[in-house]
Formats: sequence, C-alpha cells, structure tokens
Amino acid sequence: MKKFFHRLFGGFYMFTESVSMSIGNITQNRLRSFLTILGIMIGVTAVIALITTVSGVSTSISDSFTSMGAGTMTVAVTGNDVQAGLTTDNLDEITKLDHITGVTPSVSATISVARGSNYESDISLSGKNDYYFTTTDAVARGRAINAIDLADMSRVCLIDSDMVDEFFYGVDPLGQTLYLNNLSFTVVGVLSDSESESISEMVSGTSDIYAPFTTVLKMNSESLVTSMTVYIDDTSASDDVQTTLGNYLDSLFSYEEDTYTITTMDSIQDTMDSMLSMMSALLGGIASISLIVGGIGIMNMMLTSVTERTVEIGLKKAIGAEPGQIQIQFLIEAFLLSMIGGIMGVILGIALSAILCQVMGTTFTISYSAIALGVGFSAAVGILFGWSPARKASNLDPIDALRRL
Amino acid sequence: MSENTETFFRMRDIVKTYPLGDDETTILKGISLEILEGEYLSVLGPSGSGKSTLMNIIGCLDRATYGEYILHGSLIDDLDEKELAQIRSREIGFIFQNSQVLPKLDAMKNVELPLIYAGVRPRERARLAEEMLVKVGLKERIHHRPNMLSGGQLQRVAIARALVTHPTLLLADEPTGALDQTTGQQIMDLFQELNNDGHTIIMITHDHKVARHARRIVNIIDGELTEVKEADFT
Repeated sequence: MKKFFHRLFGGFYMFTESVSMSIGNITQNRLRSFLTILGIMIGVTAVIALITTVSGVSTSISDSFTSMGAGTMTVAVTGNDVQAGLTTDNLDEITKLDHITGVTPSVSATISVARGSNYESDISLSGKNDYYFTTTDAVARGRAINAIDLADMSRVCLIDSDMVDEFFYGVDPLGQTLYLNNLSFTVVGVLSDSESESISEMVSGTSDIYAPFTTVLKMNSESLVTSMTVYIDDTSASDDVQTTLGNYLDSLFSYEEDTYTITTMDSIQDTMDSMLSMMSALLGGIASISLIVGGIGIMNMMLTSVTERTVEIGLKKAIGAEPGQIQIQFLIEAFLLSMIGGIMGVILGIALSAILCQVMGTTFTISYSAIALGVGFSAAVGILFGWSPARKASNLDPIDALRRL
Repeated sequence: MSENTETFFRMRDIVKTYPLGDDETTILKGISLEILEGEYLSVLGPSGSGKSTLMNIIGCLDRATYGEYILHGSLIDDLDEKELAQIRSREIGFIFQNSQVLPKLDAMKNVELPLIYAGVRPRERARLAEEMLVKVGLKERIHHRPNMLSGGQLQRVAIARALVTHPTLLLADEPTGALDQTTGQQIMDLFQELNNDGHTIIMITHDHKVARHARRIVNIIDGELTEVKEADFT
C-alpha cells in the first residue's frame, strides 16, 4: 500500500516537474516555439471564426424567415382533369378549416400600363384579396381592396411609389384612371415602400400594381386559383392544418396523386438549416487542414528537439529516468505547445468572428461547441503529433547518447 | 546482512559481442569480478580495451550477451528497459568524464534530478540536494548556473548528483579526465573521503596515477581482466 502511494505521488511530482521543465524548454527557444505555436493558432482561429460566422449567418437567416413567414404555408395546386385549380368557393371553404385565419391567392399577370402619352410594358400585376391587406400594412394612402371589389371584379388598383412617380408626376393619383392592358382602372390606393414581403413574393419578385384577384383572373381568361398562401393562427398547429388541408384537397381532387403541394415555412427552414450546417462542416473541415499542418509543425520541432537533446536524454536515462518518464516529458511539451496555440487561437477566433459578424450585420453568439472543438482539436493534435517524437526520445539508447559526451 | 555482503556485486563469465557486418566482434571475453560492499576499485585499461563496455554493463545501461551479473541481490541479465532504469535509479550513481550537468538548471536542480525520477517529494528533494552539495563543498554555490562554475565545481555537482539517491555503487568514468592536476587531486581526495564513509566505488580510467588512488586495481586488456597485485602498484 505504501509502495502504491509512493509510486502514485512520485508520478505526480514527476508530472509537475515535467510541466515546469517543458515550460523551461519552450521559453528557452522563444522564436522557434512561437512559430510552432503560430501554426496551431492560425488553424484554431480559422476553425472558430468560420464556425461562429456561419452560425451567425444561419441565425440571422432563420430569424428573418420567422419574421417573414411564421404561421404561413404555401399551397400550389395543379388539380386534376376535372378541375385544374381552386374556385373562390373552394377558397372560402378552406378559410373555414380549423386554425386557418385566411388565405391569399397568388395570381399575377404581366401587363402594359398607359396614361396619356406615358406607356410602359412588362409591368407585373398581382391579384390580391381583402384578407391580404389585413396581414400587412401595404396601403400608404387611399384604401385597400375590399369584398365588393372582389365580388364585382371591379377595375380598381393600388400602385407603388415608382408608378406614382412615373405616371402621376405632380398629380394626386387617387381617383385617377390608368389603362392596364387598354382597360381603364381607377387608382384607389398607393402602396407603402416598406411593405414586408411574403416568401412567394421574394421568389417571384415584388409587384408594381395590385388589383382584385378576381379581376386579374378575368384579365388572364382564367377562373381558377393555382397558388395561395394560407395563414394559420397557431404555429404549433401547423402539422394539424397540413393534415386537414391535405384531406380537403384530396377529397376535392378525388384522391388522385400529385394534385397539390403544401410547403410550410418549417420545411423550407429545415432545408436551409441543413444546407448551412453542411457549409459549416465543409468550411470547418477545410480549416482543420491547417490544424493538421500546425500539428506537423509541432512534430518537426519536437523531432529537432529530441535530436538536440540526445545527450540530456541519455544522461537522464543514466541517472534513472524510465523510458515512460522520458516519453511523458516530451508528450507534455508537445501538448503544452499545442494547447498554448489552441487557447490563443480561441481568443483570436472569437475576436475575429465578432468583427466579421459586426461587418456582415449578423448576430454574434459565442459558440461553446466551437471553443470545445478548437481546444479539443489542438490537444488531440499535440498528443497525436507529439507521440512519435516522444517515442523516439524514450527509445533512445543511453549508451549511444552518452558516447557523444 | 551477511548474505547481502556475499552477493553484493558478482560478475561471472561476462561476454559481450557486437554484430560487425555478417560477423560479430567480441569485446568482453568472459569477465569475472567480485566486489565487497565498501570496496574502492579501479578498472585500468587503455582505450579500445573494452573498459567502456564493461562500465555500461556494470552501470546497467547495457546487458551482457552471456554471463551472470548480480548487483545488490538483483540478477540484472533478465531485466527489461524499465526495470534497468529502476535499478540505475536505486543502486547506481554515475559520474562521467565531462561531469555532464544540464546547463539550463542550477546546481541544486541538477542534483535534484535523480530524485525526481525516483518520485521523491519536492521538499524532501530540496533538503537532500542541499545536504549533498554541502557535503561536496559547494555550500556557497547552491543556486549557481553551470556556466558560473569551474570544471572542478561542475564535477562536484556531478558527484553530489550521483550521491543524492544514496546509491549502493558509485560508478565513475574518468572522473578527473577533464580536470587539471590540482583539481583532479581534490576530486580524488573527495573520493577517498566517500570511501572512508562506506561508499562502494568503481572507477574506470586509463591513467595509472589516478588508478592508484583505489585500494584495489584490475587491469583490462583486450576484453580480459587481470588482478593487479599490491606490489605492482609502483
């Protein structure tokens, strides 16, 4: 028992002594140690900066996703041979389903606009319903589209400020007439510039002119809606809504396959998240190559050090150092070198990613997993690349070493 | 105790061969040697006689190809690297020609070194090291770095380091080889003192005058050992 404790504490004293000897050796050769440490430091800095920055970007993107489309889902309908879309009655029925507060059909057309001598083609026109205007502050002046407009297929429209500048310079556009595809429309409102955009508008681009969707359908010689956004009152009920909505559409289209797709914000965000984490893994992988290069630097320095200290190693062995004790000392030295680099890299990496996030305007959060990864990785590199030089030192024949005396 | 004295140090028919191309060369050709505790022995031989090889085997740095070597009750022949290191740590104090102290450490730390590997705790280490430095006459230079010490003082540090673990055997390889005559004489006087205190000493040298400080001399020529009679000393 006494012998056991003696060995245990002896090992501990040996260990602490090895640490202080290693520090001595590291500080002895300052420039060389610094250059070696630099390799690891750059690697860890790169890993941490990349991971933190990508996760900042990812947070920012998902934040804006949530603000854009929380509680909405997009439905695209191809229908079947009998009915290739949704009627206004269908839309009313969908609105009555549980948790659904309303739907906004997406109907669009590319039109020409004329007033007096002003003429512009390729203008995008969006068909909206009254519910749409309750979800955003789209109207800057005038009025929104109402239920009567929809029922009557009234020729009324709202235009954005660019259109105002182009066609009504110096004139109040409200109540004026504008010719869309040679049809006379009355301007009833002006759209606000800071209108928040829905995800479908982000994809297709914003429209310059809004009109009742029934009117736009008529202009397109269509009667059916093929795309819409569904608004729900409770995001946690998203799955339920998807099911009930699916059931409704299934029965409408006689349970034929591929008649519609429902896309929730969640599924888009999932795809986005997996893309970003893949990117993060890829970048982290590239950065970790520099850590391996740093590890090779450590190995190189340790091998040189073993050669330089052959006599010292031989002497220590002669006076009773066991091979294992010599090995531990060199391993500790490699480990310390790598850890110093790792810790410096963590600090520098956090600073760098804070600056990067500031510049890119993304959210900066300290990623503890990235720190753990950086520190853990550098520790592993130290032991891994220190192993072979330490082994070489421990295997050194004391006779050969002492012959150099 | 009596048994200990009997088997304190015994070499029987030690043969050491080295491979030389396809062939092999025999350095030690069957050496037998017995030493009692407290003896002071010189191994005298010219260079190339095999005395360094013999010293390596005595010092447990190397193992014989054939033969039996018992040191302080342990049979050395079958031990592995780690066990040999432990024997060196426990039983043997080395003193080399060029003293070989580590330049990065002060006198005290150099003397403490063997104790670190023996697992002695720090306070005890410092006490023992200081005691030994005082004993070899370096009381005033305990914290001097090697570059501030003379050759004789460095050799004293090396002797303190060899003694600090209280080894059963002091093994010196040309301990005065790098010193001037006066300093060499001082070191020899110190060896005499240590032997008077009961330390067992084996000194390897090529120098007759140095060898004569020992009470017993063996000659090694061409890998063979012969006892030198008292009468031949002059």
